[in-house]
Amino acid sequence: MTTPISLEAMAASVPDGALIALPPDNSLPSVALAKALVRRGARGLRLLGVPVAGFAADMLIGAGCVAEIETSAVSLGEAGFAPRFSAAVRAGTLVVRDCTCPAVHTMLQAAEKGVPFMPLRGLIGSDILAHRPDWTVIANPYADQGEDPIVLLPAISPDVAIFHAAMADADGNVWLGRRRECATIAHASKRALVTVERVVEGNFLEDERLAAGTINATYVTEIAIAERGAHPVALLDEYGTDAAYVADYARMAKTEAGFAAWLEREVLGPRAAAAE
Amino acid sequence: MSEIRPEERLAAALARLILAPDAPPARHIAVGAASPLPAAACWLVKKQGHPVRLSLLHKRSGNPFTEGTRELFDLTGQGRIDLFFLGGGQIDGQANLNLVGTGAWPGKDVRFPGSFGSAFMYMMSHRTILFREEHSPRVLVERVDNISANGVNEPGVFRRGHAQALVTGKCVFAFHPARARFSLLSLHPGETVESIRAATGFGFDAPDQVPQTPDPTPAELELLRGPVCDEMLETYPEFCARVFDRKIAA
Repeated sequence: MTTPISLEAMAASVPDGALIALPPDNSLPSVALAKALVRRGARGLRLLGVPVAGFAADMLIGAGCVAEIETSAVSLGEAGFAPRFSAAVRAGTLVVRDCTCPAVHTMLQAAEKGVPFMPLRGLIGSDILAHRPDWTVIANPYADQGEDPIVLLPAISPDVAIFHAAMADADGNVWLGRRRECATIAHASKRALVTVERVVEGNFLEDERLAAGTINATYVTEIAIAERGAHPVALLDEYGTDAAYVADYARMAKTEAGFAAWLEREVLGPRAAAAE
Repeated sequence: MSEIRPEERLAAALARLILAPDAPPARHIAVGAASPLPAAACWLVKKQGHPVRLSLLHKRSGNPFTEGTRELFDLTGQGRIDLFFLGGGQIDGQANLNLVGTGAWPGKDVRFPGSFGSAFMYMMSHRTILFREEHSPRVLVERVDNISANGVNEPGVFRRGHAQALVTGKCVFAFHPARARFSLLSLHPGETVESIRAATGFGFDAPDQVPQTPDPTPAELELLRGPVCDEMLETYPEFCARVFDRKIAA
């Protein structure tokens, strides 16, 4: 039996400097927990976008919570470039380790399997590889002929996986349907903190139709209830993207002062806190 | 039938490249978020009755992947994605793509969102159609500042495919991997070889006679404005409203 903890207690359990894996805006980020991390004044976080980062990452960067980000992109989708990320790159206040999507997945899959590295095709000739001293090119030991150079990527095991799911059951399993990158990051990470819309009776693993979209409680460290916890991002077929909210953010976050006003209104101020 | 919109011409031009008889068959096409036009072109091909499987990464309902987004890359790694689309903040004459940013790494002058899957997809798909509506010396440069995904490789590096073509708001280029160079394939209305040279930062080849990019046929327009738009409304509402004057019923 799993007892949900509060969102603020969940945020408090994430230490400064932690390596945090986040899903992108089309795959259930916990924006609610990201806002709670801003409120707790987290510092020095290292983010891993799986495989890209979006709204939550841009907000955390703007709020000064982030020292480093490893990702294949940071974007607000239809609302355009991520303004606080772009500003931090320009100012040189953020360490950026550029990646490419399948490399993020591969490094996490190596961690899932408990092996130190995995190979990946592609990449040879890209400046991404040239800027990754931690990535190695070897000759394929199984090549039929020639050297067949191939890239090796180290396993990456984030300290914390953070995402939002539709629901948890009485045994602490969480259900999020087909967005299985969240399962990958839960499997690969040392801890998984999952916010959910609701907790329901029963056990998803006993239901053949729900089991395939479930993440086993083995991988879930804590659960917190956060209604509309993905907002302004969509949650499966439960609610859509709040495009106007993201567009308003994109507009205000163009400047430091505009971002500060947005943060006060939506995250830090008394009205924002009461809404959580 | 009302006037042809530039977007409709581009969608039809992209669809013709998808079906090009001299290119490997397009049985399974994947489309990312980059632009709605490649998605429109793919739907046009499908609605014309060609048996093609479309995997649209950003489709919210009915998303094709049940193992997360890694499934796209696993499929591509196996050689099961025949065609992919890429763009770039900068594209150069050797078909190198820069999605990272201008200036020193990682984009100290203007930072773009990032490379996404390009460094893998460009090499592992059987072919890639490059698409960038803005055709200017700022975008089409002699040499990209940073290479997200390279147009060609040294011999001996495993690579399944290359750019087939580059479609812009002014013309269509074909890419020739053996000599790492573009050639002019067709000109959109109002353009000349000279106007293209003036707007392009890289050198390219041009035959003596360059044909005009054909108008979409009435049948293509009918499909684009009807069934293609129907398929795109959920994922690309702004595009459908702007180009086809169509909105999702409230």
